[in-house]
Amino acid sequence: MMLLDTLVQGVMLGGLYALFAAGLSLVFGIMRLVNLAHGDLIVVGAYLILGIGTSIGINAFLAAAIALPIMFAFGWLLQTALLNRVLGDDILPPLLVTFGLSVVIQNVLLQTYSADSRKLPVGPIESASLPLGPVTVGVMPLITFGSAIVVILALNWLFYHTALGRAFRATSDDPVTAQLMGIRPRRVFAIATGIALVVATIAALYLGARANFDPSIGPARLLYAFEAVIIGGLGSLWGTLAGGMVIGVAQAVGASVNPEWQILAGHIAFVAVLLVRPRGLFPRAND
Amino acid sequence: MTGLLEIQGLTAHYGDFKALFGVDLILEEGQTLAIIGANGAGKTTLMRAITGIARVSGGSIRLKGRDLAQLSAPDILTAGIAMVPEGRRLFPSLTVEENLQIGAHARTGNRFWTLDRIFTLFPILRERRSQPGTALSGGQQQMVAIGRALMSNPTVLLCDELSLGLAPVVIREIYAAFPTIRDSGAAIIVVEQDISQALKVADHVHCMMEGRITLSGRPQELSRGAIHDAYFGVKHA
Repeated sequence: MMLLDTLVQGVMLGGLYALFAAGLSLVFGIMRLVNLAHGDLIVVGAYLILGIGTSIGINAFLAAAIALPIMFAFGWLLQTALLNRVLGDDILPPLLVTFGLSVVIQNVLLQTYSADSRKLPVGPIESASLPLGPVTVGVMPLITFGSAIVVILALNWLFYHTALGRAFRATSDDPVTAQLMGIRPRRVFAIATGIALVVATIAALYLGARANFDPSIGPARLLYAFEAVIIGGLGSLWGTLAGGMVIGVAQAVGASVNPEWQILAGHIAFVAVLLVRPRGLFPRAND
Repeated sequence: MTGLLEIQGLTAHYGDFKALFGVDLILEEGQTLAIIGANGAGKTTLMRAITGIARVSGGSIRLKGRDLAQLSAPDILTAGIAMVPEGRRLFPSLTVEENLQIGAHARTGNRFWTLDRIFTLFPILRERRSQPGTALSGGQQQMVAIGRALMSNPTVLLCDELSLGLAPVVIREIYAAFPTIRDSGAAIIVVEQDISQALKVADHVHCMMEGRITLSGRPQELSRGAIHDAYFGVKHA
């Protein structure tokens, strides 16, 4: 029974990691950009939700709804004004720029909000739980996992059933030929980064609602996101969810043995999957 | 003489390397123009310059009087010039139908070419519509590439090396679509290494060598020897 409970908690935690990773996977899948500032952008989303919530005096969920379009616009601007300038055949410039961006974001947040840890208030739902058969599951972890499924479904629908999704895939395949179809790759990249930050904001809501956050926690979220993306297979959205679940379950099992082993168990699972499947669980056929 | 597409003094560079040297060319409404030449003659560079993929460093490209020389590739497509690129370059992650649909990405309003008309022109594509574009045979992929370009309803269709790597029977099948394409109102420029095929389909032929047009004329006016001289740059024995 305890093992089942641990597995369920791990799967739920995997939903949060999948949300961390989905934006990263989206951006990598379309423009082959590894955004080292992704974790910090999630933290920016959390502070934005906190700021909106406290200044207007509304619930964190409503504040997140207001933050979503703001973060989309921020992502669009970030890509247009900065990242598009460094994208090219050489992968080093975007890596350096996003690393620099990560440092800048952390310092700006530190200067603005101090190093004190914060939490997003979501009310009584925070401690509510539901009996699901033989186990009891927290309502927030359940909503987080459900949101991850909805986000992955929505991104898949966008990718495979819309003209924008076709443009995303065509640009990812061959940006030069895509231009011959009337597609403007830089505009497509800007939209993709905007959407990635929308997903990052959803992740930020659950990150801030479930645990404390401060300006320095971005890189650790980036690491979990990376691991989820790589375990799942680069650019595969459902793979990203599976990757998140692998890390979540590994951490939960590790923590059940010894609480100090939680983080280490996730990293060990990552290495173990890579040893068996170096291209991840669900690699894209044309990668 | 004025034409639908007028190119004057066109020069293009790859970095410091000059690839086109003052190319002049006129394409009239309803015309099929062939550009022939050996490998490295500048044919593909000319196509890439017209479509905005290669950087134009001098001269003009006018479509119905509008200069396109400094426009981006998407703007040139919107203006009415579409290309079937060398090697087809289908999108591997898109199905046949999606490859065709992406050709209409920048299109607005109702136009002549629709999915149904493409499937009527190349019926095999209707059967293969759900398969990945790159899973098709070379000839079928070429049909998708042509259909994809037509989906933007171009005024001018550029075809780069359609026959490359294809069996003669497949090449004939593909070129059999040209009258229908012309009837839709598109003028065509076809780049070919296959001289006999080019002479068959074209109203007018230009031969290129080392980035210059070295011979022009109607197919029936050009002697085999003159084409040989212009193609290889040596006197025909």
